[in-house]
Amino acid sequence: MKDDYDGPILEIDNLSISFFTRLREIPAVMDFSVKVQPGEAVGLVGESGCGKSTVALGVMQDLGKNGRIVGGSIRFKGRNLNEMSQEELREIRGSEIAMIYQEPMASLNPAMKVAQQLMEVPMIHKGVGKEDAYARALQVVTDVKLPDPKRILDSYPHQLSGGQQQRIVIALALMAEPALLILDEPTTALDVTVEAAVVELVKELGKKYGTSMLFISHNLGLVLETCDRICVMYSGEAVETGSIEDVFDEMQHPYTQALFRSIPLPGADKNASPLVAIPGNFPLPHERPPGCNFGPRCDYFEAGRCDAVERVPMSKIPGNDRHNSRCLRIEEIDWAAPPQNVKSTEKPAPGKVVLKMDELKKYYEVAANALFGSSGEKKVVKANETLSFEARESETLAIVGESGCGKSTFAKVLMGLETATGGQILLDNRNIESTPIEKRDTKTIADVQMVFQNPFDTLNPSMSVGRQIMRALEIFDFGDSDSARREEMLRLLDLVKLPRAFAERMPRQLSGGQKQRVGIARAFSGGARIVVADEPVSALDVSVQAAVTDLLMEIQREQKTTLLFISHDLSIVRYLSDRVMVMYLGHVVELGSTDQVFSPPYHPYTEALLSAVPIADTRVKKKHIVLEGDIPSAMNPPPGCPFQTRCGWKDKVPGGLCEKEVPPVRVVADGHQIKCHLSDVDFANMEPVIQIAAE
Amino acid sequence: MLLTAFCLTFLVFVMTNLYPNLEKLAKSEGNFRMTDIEVATWLSSNGYRSPLDPQVLEDFRSDKITLEEASAKVNTGFDPRIFRNYAEWIGVYPGWTGESRDGVPRGRCILPGTDPAEAPTFCGILQGKWGWSTVAKTPVSEALGTRIGNTGFLMLCVMLLMVPSALIVGVLAGMREGSALDRSLSTFSITTTATPEYVSGVLFIAIFTSSAVGLKWFKGTATSAMDNATFENFFLPVLTIALYGMGYIARMTRASMAEVMTAQYIRTARLKGVSFGNIVMKHALRNALIAPFTVIMLQFPWLLNGVVIVETLFQYKGVGWELVRAAGNNDIEMLLAISVVSVFVVLVTQLISDIGYVYLNPRISVT
Repeated sequence: MKDDYDGPILEIDNLSISFFTRLREIPAVMDFSVKVQPGEAVGLVGESGCGKSTVALGVMQDLGKNGRIVGGSIRFKGRNLNEMSQEELREIRGSEIAMIYQEPMASLNPAMKVAQQLMEVPMIHKGVGKEDAYARALQVVTDVKLPDPKRILDSYPHQLSGGQQQRIVIALALMAEPALLILDEPTTALDVTVEAAVVELVKELGKKYGTSMLFISHNLGLVLETCDRICVMYSGEAVETGSIEDVFDEMQHPYTQALFRSIPLPGADKNASPLVAIPGNFPLPHERPPGCNFGPRCDYFEAGRCDAVERVPMSKIPGNDRHNSRCLRIEEIDWAAPPQNVKSTEKPAPGKVVLKMDELKKYYEVAANALFGSSGEKKVVKANETLSFEARESETLAIVGESGCGKSTFAKVLMGLETATGGQILLDNRNIESTPIEKRDTKTIADVQMVFQNPFDTLNPSMSVGRQIMRALEIFDFGDSDSARREEMLRLLDLVKLPRAFAERMPRQLSGGQKQRVGIARAFSGGARIVVADEPVSALDVSVQAAVTDLLMEIQREQKTTLLFISHDLSIVRYLSDRVMVMYLGHVVELGSTDQVFSPPYHPYTEALLSAVPIADTRVKKKHIVLEGDIPSAMNPPPGCPFQTRCGWKDKVPGGLCEKEVPPVRVVADGHQIKCHLSDVDFANMEPVIQIAAE
Repeated sequence: MLLTAFCLTFLVFVMTNLYPNLEKLAKSEGNFRMTDIEVATWLSSNGYRSPLDPQVLEDFRSDKITLEEASAKVNTGFDPRIFRNYAEWIGVYPGWTGESRDGVPRGRCILPGTDPAEAPTFCGILQGKWGWSTVAKTPVSEALGTRIGNTGFLMLCVMLLMVPSALIVGVLAGMREGSALDRSLSTFSITTTATPEYVSGVLFIAIFTSSAVGLKWFKGTATSAMDNATFENFFLPVLTIALYGMGYIARMTRASMAEVMTAQYIRTARLKGVSFGNIVMKHALRNALIAPFTVIMLQFPWLLNGVVIVETLFQYKGVGWELVRAAGNNDIEMLLAISVVSVFVVLVTQLISDIGYVYLNPRISVT
């Protein structure tokens, strides 16, 4: 049923979508227009709550009971989707428009085999028999580069890894060769190297099948890599649309500019040119300001003008191809001017060594058979293998690696939630590796604190913010009366830049960034000297990330805290850390200062990681390395070098040494160590992965 | 599982063997004007309690002490003999033997009308002997066998009616949460769960069964259904039990179904172009049944409750009816046997529910 339509595949015109609650109508998307030409990929970028997913569901006409399209039109190949009957829509869904979702595990039916879920598509839309459908499924699964397709087809979703599941979801979308593919944050739940492989695959398949794509993401770097055009959304409106080059290099809207200034690009430096966070908060859909939605947070806001009009219209940028911006002052603003109010600070010198790890090991014993555990053989999971490093006062040490590399286990051992299997942890020359947290004295506990990844789950929902901080103070034996603790709690709120009135608020009344600030206040309540920050900003929006990172840096400068920053996001690591430790399957594969790790020679894994990170800068040229396969299970690690199964440099090492022996730790420069078999000549010939093209 | 069975039966054993219960039994078996001393003698000669202190008996017989004084010396509290009795009942200790006043040998294993010489030494559960029912005047196994058959048939009919209709109601209500269909079916199921059997049973009898007024559709007693069950005489007791359990299962199914229908994979299916009927049947149903399945299997033990009421109400001679009769007359061995049966039913259904769960939910595997 592929017809010869040659107009735009998708044409959204002045679309408005509202959700209706008992109290009021909540406009989620207002006056939104976008066009997707055949074979074109359009990126839809914005922070959470800006309405980008609502647009996607609007295209699918699946807004639930409360949502309704209140204005505008969505034309797919010239036919208005708004006026179609359920029957006609069903015809189009899955066959002409397909969608790829954010969470692959949740999007696949847990009680149906993969084959069944895939075969359903051609059986519904093309009316083919079971054999033909199976053959098609087998072909598509091969297309998405899954190993052993027959076995995969015969498994249930829970038997596959996250990356494999996402490939199945992609296969599901491609079964009927749709004309339009909607991707809703398709890689957010995946690791960086897996993300790179999935993105690569989507691009390749898009070319192969000639599919148009609507790519929804909050990650500007990813959009740069995948899309031809971009549409930036803010608070339900498109604020800027245009080609990737126009928007990235000649942005014409204050929000786009602010967004770019708040993400760590290569060249950003925490001391000389820190990130600029967007002030204020995202407006709630029913509390939008009059006039320009971005007005209250905009540096160029002009009272009496920007808030005088009811709605700011979209205006064309002359000279560029379909480049539009929703701003009244486009011509008056000097877009090339450097950001104002930037405070550069002195880099503090690292102090004495406060924390020292020496050959730290953590093994878990796992029974091979859960049901007959006592008699079965035991397996040992080596979560941490001989970790050695030092951390100094007021230094930021980043620990980088993908899920399952042992970075969280390390944090647990340091915190005392687990005890070490071997080696030692020295805090001020005292051994703490085998003291569980119940046995640690108050001082030690107050010294080593943690900021957690997900601020939404780590605060007690039924206790006020102030009470929670005071409770922490009480545990750390601070002060002798409630009033003293109350005073200190207010001081801590000042420290993390929250208004004092927040003490009485409940966690649900706070935004994600504010909750994370409370988490930071709690961690510093005992005057912590070592703070383990486990992905502290990965659950937050980009503009908030910058603010929270800044806050952490500022407190660190004031209190000379040692910050252990656990992250998988290399851009932010590059921005804020002094030294970087790269981990893979429990091994430290590379350790050195930030400059050393981010420039050659690299460990092959670091090289791949760097290449996988999407960078939102058109000037950056990256070497293209895609890792094959998934991270091996820690239950069953490969023999020899842990990275040998995915390493691209393996054939440079003679005699299959990589498969036989764990490589030795080699010191390649002062304070820079790499765990690899490669020869010095190979190291010397390595090219930098990230190059910024000269302007 | 065995330990649970032992603990439960021992508990029932102790309760039924409390002195007041035994006294009642002795008086109903002997005569109602027995003195305390006579009761104690009867109990010891029938193997229920330890014999009386011979000195007290002697003193009483020779009028050295009065009846009141002698009665006061009867042990009415804990008797260590209970352990031996329990062991005898299990069949790991030889059954007691003795002689009646006229010299006829008697004992636990000597059933009335059999030759004492041929009686076995052990006769407990392990030997397949369930004891003697003092009410039915037959061995317990014989009396209970037909009762279990009757109740089993009743429960089978209840399940056949209750489970499918509850699932249909639950799925229909849950697939479109908040719709008019959902509202009305939910109201229906809440009403039925909120109405206990003794209310609905009496109501049904009043509405449907009178031969003078009302609808005159069914019969008010199910006695005849034991030999020849027909729709007319059997449907009311079945419906009474089924309605009560149905509302509960339907509520569980509805909640589970409603949750599944909001899951992301249902959206995937919808946006794949699957029709609504197929979404419900192929994608949602199996996932939605995982949670209520345990509840359905738990309904078996619950049914035993309803069975007692309904069987008594409709004069259907099953286990529940027998239980009421045995409890009323302190028929110890019968009560014990019934409690063993119910423990067995509970444990077996739980085992089935665990195994069935594995089949429904592919994420759980035995290995």
